[in-house]
Amino acid sequence: MAGIEVSALHKRYPDGTVAVEHVDLSIGDGELFVMLGPSGCGKTTTLRAIAGLERQTTGDIRIGDTLVNDLPPAERDIAMVFQFYALYPHLKTRDNLAFPLRAEGLPKPEVHERVNEAARLMRLGPLLDRRPRQLSGGEQQRVALARALVRRPRAFLMDEPLTNLDAELRADMRTEIKHLQGELGATMVYVTHDQVEAMSLGHRIAILNKGRVEQIGTPLEVYDRPASLFCAAFIGSPPMNLIEVEVADGQLRSQGGLVLTPPPGLARDRRLVAGVRPEALEVTDPGAERSVPARVVSAEWLGDEIIYVVDHGGRRDVRVRMPPTVRFAADAKVGLRHTGGTPAVYDVRTEELVA
Amino acid sequence: MAVSVDEAVSTGPARDHTPPARRLGSRGRSVLEVALLTVLAVVMLFPVLWMIETSIKENRDVYAIPAKFFDFKVTLDHYKDVFVDPGGGRSALSVSFLNSVVVAGVSTVLATVLGVPAAWAYSRFAVKAKKDQLFFILSTRFMPPVVVVIPIFLMYRQVGLIDNKLGLILIYAAFNVPFTIWMMKGFVDEVPAEYEDAAMLDGYTRLQAFRRFTLPLLVPGIAATAVFALIFSWNEFVFATFLTSSDDVRTAPPAIAGLIGGTTTDWGLVAAASVVFALPVLVFAYLVRKHLIAGVTLGAVRR
Repeated sequence: MAGIEVSALHKRYPDGTVAVEHVDLSIGDGELFVMLGPSGCGKTTTLRAIAGLERQTTGDIRIGDTLVNDLPPAERDIAMVFQFYALYPHLKTRDNLAFPLRAEGLPKPEVHERVNEAARLMRLGPLLDRRPRQLSGGEQQRVALARALVRRPRAFLMDEPLTNLDAELRADMRTEIKHLQGELGATMVYVTHDQVEAMSLGHRIAILNKGRVEQIGTPLEVYDRPASLFCAAFIGSPPMNLIEVEVADGQLRSQGGLVLTPPPGLARDRRLVAGVRPEALEVTDPGAERSVPARVVSAEWLGDEIIYVVDHGGRRDVRVRMPPTVRFAADAKVGLRHTGGTPAVYDVRTEELVA
Repeated sequence: MAVSVDEAVSTGPARDHTPPARRLGSRGRSVLEVALLTVLAVVMLFPVLWMIETSIKENRDVYAIPAKFFDFKVTLDHYKDVFVDPGGGRSALSVSFLNSVVVAGVSTVLATVLGVPAAWAYSRFAVKAKKDQLFFILSTRFMPPVVVVIPIFLMYRQVGLIDNKLGLILIYAAFNVPFTIWMMKGFVDEVPAEYEDAAMLDGYTRLQAFRRFTLPLLVPGIAATAVFALIFSWNEFVFATFLTSSDDVRTAPPAIAGLIGGTTTDWGLVAAASVVFALPVLVFAYLVRKHLIAGVTLGAVRR
């Protein structure tokens, strides 16, 4: 296993589109590193550049101590799992697994042994003599994972491997991948556009947007203090409420009168936006202590919780997460109260975290 | 995707959407349909039938008035004349058939060998001004061959390709490459690029990955495309007429046309030669008919 260093990566296609503007990543040995972002953010291109399937325009990629810029994919000693599995359709599971080993020219007994080991790890025993089209989507993805395993590569690259599975299977496979990664101590770079997947899998998450890294951090860091307005709007479901505030009398005050604790050292004259998680707000009876007037626009009953959308200070999209026991009807006059700690505060102009 | 000819053209009971109250009307319509289709079939097939009949009639029956449909003596002399010269040895016609086989075959192979990798490249790589390039390639097929036959003739005369099989092979290949690229690009687009990515990670170069994994999946598409190219080269008349003159080089279409005219025309021989000429293409088209339909309808339906 080995760490991966990506420095000043830039990728521009011959037709002029820039897929990656500037990306720096430092992925540790044995780390499960997630690249998260909307489609077109450059995450897949970055991954393919690490794999050697795309040649970066400028920038360096190191795997372990080796500068791999000019190495073809095969010589980088990495394995990749694709969204569409990419199992060879004319080969049985057994031969699909053995294929990369035979390409390496390993002796037969060792190929046999390694295939069996990978099959045991991914519980593929009964599927070994079937062809890909006789397997379900989940089974195909397990075979694809096993195919990556047999190589004993220095790093695993995963390109949205669970996107094509249905929701239930996806949760199972997520657990399986996390477990496998921990057991093998494997370096894994995992690309996804699904924030739940990113949060539940990653040791660290890199959020990409428009070919740049917006933030790198542990799932909790990313959740608690998104580094930019983009991250704030991207992570969390429902996402953070982004409320325009001004500094007055040592407090942050919104247009509707909601008062928040300010982080220290804020300049007065800036136009600011406070990021407030839905769970840091509370819907109360009207006139409750420290509450400001608001009106319920709609309520989403999710069973284990209710998401209230309230009208406050001229905005009709403030979302509040409440336990299912607290019930207000739509259109009811209510109070809105901040219960969380110091919110993340962003500069409107630079869209970056200021405190 | 793989639709057989029968499925594609059959009307079948599924078409009967009309409500019960209008059944009678719909039955009347289907009778009309059958009648019209029968008339159409007769009009379309009669010349073919007449060609076959003429090819097995003796010459005096060919000119008989009123025409004899059934009561004539069957002879295979005309077919013998197609291949064997009256004075013994090979006939000029058989040489022209052989030329057609060589010219159509080699030009099709050439167009396929050039066009398939090009289609793959256009499908897989980000190429500068890709759409413009593809449009330019297609645009060479916009004009009818007659338009360019004079300039081609003059150029060929300069380089000594007049009355030369190589000349015909080159011009047919040039006409078939754009078609091959466009049709094959559709087929390549259908094969996920991930197979090649995976193979490259497994230790193959890009070209090896293409040859070992993508190419086998493209075989049906290549077969269909090649048959279209083959039919074009086999039937081509304008270039063959203008660019060849001697019996050794001439292909079948101008050779058969050359039988007509002069003082007398041996219609039996013309008919027999035409039947022999039509057979190979019919056989090929029959063999790959599923893929031909796939090629024509490719991309028409989103799956």
